Amino acid sequence: MLGKGVVGGGGGTKAPKPSFVSYVRPEEIHTNEKEVTEKEVTLHLLPGEQLLCEASTVLKYVQEDSCQHGVYGRLVCTDFKIAFLGDDESALDNDETQFKNKVVGENDITLHCVDQIYGVFDEKKKTLFGQLKKYPEKLIIHCKDLRVFQFCLRYTKEEEVKRIVSGIIHHTQAPKLLKRLFLFSYATAAQNNTVTDPKNHTIMFDTLKDWCWELERTKGNMKYKAVSVNEGYKVCERLPAYFVVPTPLPEENVQRFQGHGIPIWCWSCHNGSALLKMSALPKEQDDGILQIQKSFLDGVYKTIHRPPYEIVKTEDLSSNFLSLQEIQTAYSKFKQLFLIGFPPLPPYCGSDNTATLLFSPSSAYQLPSDNSTEFWDTDIKWFSLLESSSWLDIIRRCLKKAIEITECMEAQNMNVLLLEENASDLCCLISSLVQLMMDPHCRTRIGFQSLIQKEWVMGGHCFLDRCNHLRQNDKEEGREGQDTQSKPLNLLTVWDWSVQFEPKAQTLLKNPLYVEKPKLDKGQRKGMRFKHQRQLSLPLTQSKSSPKRGFFREETDHLIKNLLGKRISKLINSSDELQDNFREFYDSWHSKPTDYHGLLLPHIEGPEIKVWAQRYLRWIPEAQILGGSRVATMSKLLEMIEEVQSLQEKIDERHHSQQAPQAEAPCLLRNSARLSSLFPFALLQRHSSKPVLPTSGWKALGDEDDLAKREDEFVDLGDV
Amino acid sequence: MASASTSKYNSHSLENESIKRPSRDGVNRDLPEAVPRLPGETLITDKEVIYICPFNGPIKGRVYITNYRLYLRSLETDSALILDVPLGVISRIEKMGGATSRGENSYGLDITCKDMRNLRFALKQEGHSRRDMFEILTRYAFPLAHSLPLFAFLNEEKFNVDGWTVYNPVEEYRRQGLPNHHWRITFINKCYELCDTYPALLVVPYRASDDDLRRVATFRSRNRIPVLSWIHPENKTVIVRCSQPLVGMSGKRNKDDEKYLDVIRETNKQISKLTIYDARPSVNAVANKATGGGYESDDAYHNAELFFLDIHNIHVMRESLKKVKDIVYPNVEESHWLSSLESTHWLEHIKLVLTGAIQVADKVSSGKSSVLVHCSDGWDRTAQLTSLAMLMLDSFYRSIEGFEILVQKEWISFGHKFASRIGHGDKNHTDADRSPIFLQFIDCVWQMSKQFPTAFEFNEQFLIIILDHLYSCRFGTFLFNCESARERQKVTERTVSLWSLINSNKEKFKNPFYTKEINRVLYPVASMRHLELWVNYYIRWNPRIKQQQPNPVEQRYMELLALRDEYIKRLEELQLANSAKLSDPPTSPSSPSQMMPHVQTHF
Repeated sequence: MLGKGVVGGGGGTKAPKPSFVSYVRPEEIHTNEKEVTEKEVTLHLLPGEQLLCEASTVLKYVQEDSCQHGVYGRLVCTDFKIAFLGDDESALDNDETQFKNKVVGENDITLHCVDQIYGVFDEKKKTLFGQLKKYPEKLIIHCKDLRVFQFCLRYTKEEEVKRIVSGIIHHTQAPKLLKRLFLFSYATAAQNNTVTDPKNHTIMFDTLKDWCWELERTKGNMKYKAVSVNEGYKVCERLPAYFVVPTPLPEENVQRFQGHGIPIWCWSCHNGSALLKMSALPKEQDDGILQIQKSFLDGVYKTIHRPPYEIVKTEDLSSNFLSLQEIQTAYSKFKQLFLIGFPPLPPYCGSDNTATLLFSPSSAYQLPSDNSTEFWDTDIKWFSLLESSSWLDIIRRCLKKAIEITECMEAQNMNVLLLEENASDLCCLISSLVQLMMDPHCRTRIGFQSLIQKEWVMGGHCFLDRCNHLRQNDKEEGREGQDTQSKPLNLLTVWDWSVQFEPKAQTLLKNPLYVEKPKLDKGQRKGMRFKHQRQLSLPLTQSKSSPKRGFFREETDHLIKNLLGKRISKLINSSDELQDNFREFYDSWHSKPTDYHGLLLPHIEGPEIKVWAQRYLRWIPEAQILGGSRVATMSKLLEMIEEVQSLQEKIDERHHSQQAPQAEAPCLLRNSARLSSLFPFALLQRHSSKPVLPTSGWKALGDEDDLAKREDEFVDLGDV
Repeated sequence: MASASTSKYNSHSLENESIKRPSRDGVNRDLPEAVPRLPGETLITDKEVIYICPFNGPIKGRVYITNYRLYLRSLETDSALILDVPLGVISRIEKMGGATSRGENSYGLDITCKDMRNLRFALKQEGHSRRDMFEILTRYAFPLAHSLPLFAFLNEEKFNVDGWTVYNPVEEYRRQGLPNHHWRITFINKCYELCDTYPALLVVPYRASDDDLRRVATFRSRNRIPVLSWIHPENKTVIVRCSQPLVGMSGKRNKDDEKYLDVIRETNKQISKLTIYDARPSVNAVANKATGGGYESDDAYHNAELFFLDIHNIHVMRESLKKVKDIVYPNVEESHWLSSLESTHWLEHIKLVLTGAIQVADKVSSGKSSVLVHCSDGWDRTAQLTSLAMLMLDSFYRSIEGFEILVQKEWISFGHKFASRIGHGDKNHTDADRSPIFLQFIDCVWQMSKQFPTAFEFNEQFLIIILDHLYSCRFGTFLFNCESARERQKVTERTVSLWSLINSNKEKFKNPFYTKEINRVLYPVASMRHLELWVNYYIRWNPRIKQQQPNPVEQRYMELLALRDEYIKRLEELQLANSAKLSDPPTSPSSPSQMMPHVQTHF
């Protein structure tokens, strides 16, 4: 059909679009026939990956120069991804392909990255799910990483359309068994040849040793101990096999409520105060059981609250902070702001039920752009749209909560106990934020990876549920047995970046601004450690909080009440005093020069909390600044580092002339001036230097209308 | 490039060098500690006051008022606060409270400044200290109302560079390749008799005679005829600026004007129509007919195509900036920051100005057609559009001196009414002529420099110091409304140029990331997604918002630059040493790698 250059129109009777621009005149069509056959692009399958279904002559929309092009290719669905095999990638030059992801290509959508699938029927967009009676002319896929793919199926054979559409819907939407997740077949097929460099290695926190190491690193081993009571998940499947609890806490206590009601150590501050988390005890009505719970908690509590030596403050994240629902709602609104793209169907030339498709030599043609219109329409009310999503406000509140906790630990020497129903959502979030602010180690790449491993992966964050990887609609938790977890599988870890990126691309994971802390000589270090230990043994006499000892007694009761399920919404110190302490701490920190290897507090004022443009705007061509933005300064910086490095080598060589030259310096980003602000995420560069012009105009001024009508100068020019 | 800049980069003082510090031998005993004073600056009075700091609460201090500045030093031991405010920045002085109110703050002064802040002082009731301070401040902040000279005429500062020589119109036009076969330089306005708000030297089409120009002048508001601002070096399309045509209600036509525009169109031998960008919203352009103005109609100008750019007038901009101040000073609006920012419309105005300039630049750069830009009088929005388009098109204007020339040419010489828009030395703070048009332009430049951080030779500090001295009246640069007035006042002889200060301390204003790129057209993205409120300017008085200076990226880059220079020097030394004693084995006890800190590169 297509080979003849004439295609039956799916919805056929529409008039040709006047705005359609073609590269070629109709008489050229026949001469270009050969170009129509797709260039054979081979499907790259990972070990263990299987092709499930495919369709040919699918047209993928490409945005370029505020215009859309169509590119022909094959759309396939495997048990890992949806992939489009076209020839549009050949336009990239070598420099850029080095930064490509080796596992997931630019036109690949992993099945778990699919967020929403829409079909277009007669220019109407509908969400696709389940069994379809009618198949769409066009498929729109919104990805969780905010890419939007649009595939036109009008020129695809009907059987193929059916197969690919239902295949994609099935494999992205049907509930999955855990063991059917692709990684299991991948792990079986792929040889795990990861060479782990012990020095440069992410702590996985899956052994007792890892926890001991972390305790030692933070000097938490004086008051806390690593326990193996949950080895083999005997006590609880929710908790990791090994974790850390206060030294005085008897191990039997862990078993008592299947790990609930146990303060689990996250991190220790240099002054000895610790960050802990606890999952709440089950709510009970029976008075007898309540009594038992109360006395249990009393005992537990004494292990972290021993005034005047140690004081604990409880942060109940379930009742006094954001709800998961709020976060979810805000994010869904927020992400919509970046999912731009619902252009009209491809244009026709010709009439009746036959449409002639015009082919350019590159088998691409231009479509009038509508994405651009959508982009500029939302641009006028951008700030209010952002605000109404409340995403940035949520970010601010998370940061603020983490600063508050930091203040308690740093300035008031208090232990902080985070409390949440399962201690696996907001606990992970807040505790890792606090550590990022307080512990410079967490700001190294390895440290950060270890932090995620510790707080999120081992912390039992339910990634499967929160990301809905198994596509379960009914929120019944824990239905899947844990049998797979106990199997020692040699799964690949995301922290092995070489699986995904070439060495050159991996350099982009590093911040060229980061400077390691200069190492102190041994004498100095000893002195510091000594000081540190002395601090630990001192009672908190000089601390601000000591006059309020009674107050803390009160809070103990409060904590217990809370844990017993009689939730009283307000904690005692949600008073102004807390706000004052916070303000003072925050302001005084910001008035001093910053030590990048010490405590770091983010700015949380309105103008300082901005959209993370590199992530959220990265796929939007209109938002691209050609040769500009932070990318420009960063590449200048990298160039300079390179130059300094090579000079260094030259000097070294002069002294040890036989010395082998060092590893090749990365000659990144040579033509930095022309790199776009979207680099390296979106390689779709506008190669021309056409400006992007806003298409929609001015919004009403409202109350300023009378001013707008005034003239600049009050001079009558009539008689000039 | 920036090899020489490192050492000077960290030195703070540039102004201090020009400030005569009170000598220790008693000449300035009346100023107990160093109160900065410029040559020509004299102390008028000093008073004990309480400064009501909106961020830190009341602070006891001593205020010194000179004929140039208000200087306050804290008298409290735990506060090092210093206020140093040129009187030119003051727009309004009000008394607060009085005999009827109570408390220490009852005798207060509220000083509204043009640079987004208010200063509040409480004074003692005794000795009429408030009345004194009020009167002295009024006198020296608004000298024109008291027949006193502006401070710029008293300033005796000396610099080793003369900023007045930066801009020489003949040289600038020669740089653009003018005059050429199609464009000539005319001296018809030598004594400002053709147009009193235009510069003496104009570039006009070769084919238009001086008589033609005179006839065209009768049909253009305030005789501001179309003249060349910029010519594209290759395709020879031009940017031409002027004021609106005097069409009026009756739809008057003028054959000379029509012919003149056609002559302009033909200069680059293109058949396409001349593009006219009318900066105003179309409704305003239509409304202007009622007062004799208007726009070029299709019937009269067959070979021209007119577009309206929807940029609002000076009154709208003034109100918009007022709203910005409301949400950032003294406290930054917390809970609804984004919607409050949106409701000021400030960034929306910026977006429209940039969008207009992009269109002008694109037309010319693509060689599609020459462009004529006007608004009503051609000294506000027109100046914004031509200068921004030129900044996008011509990399020369992105250097420090190039930018000074751009400001000097498109703004100062072409009669942007600085005196009226800023109200230098004038007490009438409600004057409807005041408007932050130049500030808006600088904001647009900042937005561009933010989007293209390697394209500008100057840094943010450069833009801020220009704005500071836009108000300060310390330099003659921004005084008066037009060139003829400046000439009458002999400004270049009697005052110092701001560019003298800047060019004698250039290193401080250099952007270390600057990469010179000739012929690169810069198109910023005029989307709200990229436009930002210029926090370091508009919210700079709030200590809570203060950004790190210099920013970490810049700092790291400077360190690397220094290291690079050190290595280059070291390498040269090694080369010398090697060639000097080829026979001797190296005896140096330490290898250079031990002596030199190795850069951490993390690769």
